[in-house]
Amino acid sequence: MERIASAVASRLVIIVPYAWLLFFFLVPFFIVFRISLSQTVIAMPPYTPVFDLAGGLSGILEGMREFSVDNYVWLTEDVLYFNAYVSSLIIAAVSTFLTLLIGYPIAYGMAQAPRSIRPTLLMLVILPFWTSFLIRVYAWIAILKPEGLLNQFLITIGVIDQPLIILNTNWAIYIGIVYSYLPFMVLPIYSALEKMDHTLTEAAQDLGCTPITAFWRVTFPLSLAGVVAGCLLVFIPAVGEFVIPDLLGGSETLMIGKTLWNEFNSNRDWPVSSAVATILLLILVLPIVYFQNVQAKADSEGR
Amino acid sequence: MSKIIIATLAAAALAGSTMLASAQERVVNVYNWSDYIDSSILEDFTKETGIKVVYDVFDSNEILETKLLAGGSGYDVVVPTAYFLQRQIAAGVFQKLDKSKLPNLANMWDVIMERTAQYDPGNEYAVDYMWGTTGIGYNVDKMKEILGTDAKPNWDVIFKPELAAKFKDCGIHLLDSPTDIVPSALAYLGLNPDSHEAADLEKAAELLTSIRPYVRKFHSSEYINALANGDICLAVGFSGDIFQARDRAAEAKAGVTVDYSIPSQGAQMWFDMLAIPADAPHVAEAHEFINYMMKPEVIAKASNYVFYANGNKASQQFLDKEVLEDTAIYPSDEVMQKLFTVTPFEPKEQRALTRLWTKVVTGQ
Repeated sequence: MERIASAVASRLVIIVPYAWLLFFFLVPFFIVFRISLSQTVIAMPPYTPVFDLAGGLSGILEGMREFSVDNYVWLTEDVLYFNAYVSSLIIAAVSTFLTLLIGYPIAYGMAQAPRSIRPTLLMLVILPFWTSFLIRVYAWIAILKPEGLLNQFLITIGVIDQPLIILNTNWAIYIGIVYSYLPFMVLPIYSALEKMDHTLTEAAQDLGCTPITAFWRVTFPLSLAGVVAGCLLVFIPAVGEFVIPDLLGGSETLMIGKTLWNEFNSNRDWPVSSAVATILLLILVLPIVYFQNVQAKADSEGR
Repeated sequence: MSKIIIATLAAAALAGSTMLASAQERVVNVYNWSDYIDSSILEDFTKETGIKVVYDVFDSNEILETKLLAGGSGYDVVVPTAYFLQRQIAAGVFQKLDKSKLPNLANMWDVIMERTAQYDPGNEYAVDYMWGTTGIGYNVDKMKEILGTDAKPNWDVIFKPELAAKFKDCGIHLLDSPTDIVPSALAYLGLNPDSHEAADLEKAAELLTSIRPYVRKFHSSEYINALANGDICLAVGFSGDIFQARDRAAEAKAGVTVDYSIPSQGAQMWFDMLAIPADAPHVAEAHEFINYMMKPEVIAKASNYVFYANGNKASQQFLDKEVLEDTAIYPSDEVMQKLFTVTPFEPKEQRALTRLWTKVVTGQ
């Protein structure tokens, strides 16, 4: 009896994440996908066909006949969309690389720190989350602007004579993304490094590795799962980022988040903006699948 | 287990009964722009009518429109800008006002009613709350330093490349909105600001491209802070936002003085309208609220607080001098003649305009 109860309980536990995915990922995705196959009209809601559950199955089938892929065809007809996707991917890739460059040493330092102060260091990494994301991005405007704190500081110590123009350029976007997403890079790498057995590096050095070779041949490969996880956690939201380029970037920066905003709010074209979002999702699903493969490989090698 | 179910049902029944009780209390759900009312007006309304006001705010027409188009917003009174209102009426978002319940309509200002009727023929769906213009906000001292004159600037400082170039380092912001900037560019060119002709729009785009290098940013709200902090010298924006920048700069006492100019070549007028969604749950209360907002003393109090002009003629005797006599808020008759309104673009035209705009702004 007890065994059955525990079997049911463990099944329930498994169902929870699947139910979560179903209701908060798959269902919203299908709603967006379904709108992307519709046509825009001046009505409430502003697309057609609209399904009325009262119409029953036949009503739904009738409506589905009106579905078309016109909106996807439209995305291929104007090079704007392609350029926006590419430029978003490049900005996200550069930002992810910079975040890794800064995040890895931080995580490494934390993992090397005495065990007693590690919780404090972890706390410090998470601490910025206690302030609203929006306020922190606004604060960067005050730091980066021509008469801002950074330029004042650099001029005072005599590094530059003329203020650097950083705000409203792509550099400001990179700084904003690296700053905002750094904890997402640090935490998974830290957790990978922390689990590592230090005797392995010692063994490598005993066998004649310099500390640098030992790092590249032992430590880094062992932390790879954390690096991949961190990169995905930064890259994926960075591709669709809207707030940071809007506030810190210049107007000439073309990103898919802004394109989507224009389609939805300026053109009031919910179907085309849904198509843009669906394609964006497909672009992002590919790295996730890749990550899954890496992870599965690492797991099987681990065993 | 069954005890838990009974307890849950009982709790649900209890919640249901309290909801019934609150349904008997009269409520009106108002959705207005942020910082757009003296909150004592809402308290007075409740005192006078016994209707509780549930007041919620938004900060862009886009947010309001998305909620309205999705339907079932639950709001009884909303305040879209007339330009957006027109298409929303076509989409079936609003219900016609019951004018028999709005005796205070007699107080409204015919000059404004005539203009809002272009968006809402016969003013059947909405009444004006506040109105303003799209013009130039500027840093007074820098303007004098660069141009050597105290005169209020007109569109030349934005659209004449050789003049705009002088303000490049000081900073120019334009609204990131073709429907606000393109008509202004057309007015500067001496063309019909309300033109939907592709050839005219192309000319406006050419003009904008010629001054693009001197524009630091296209953004629809950042200019308020940027002007107030002295980060930029010039912004094309909404009158009310620039008054806000003017006040913030004065409060900060950091030596920045901001002022607003209605360009002499003509400027676009906008109107924020009180309207009732078709699916509003409290229609009678919504009418009472709108009627209350048309009382001369009430709307004058609102204008005195937010520094916007209203569409209520009878309220003008109750306005503070600094509001009524400020020609940036209530322009002279001569300037009023120069103000223009624009009509919304058809979806296809709008798509072409957005595309043209993206090309001007990003170069792509």
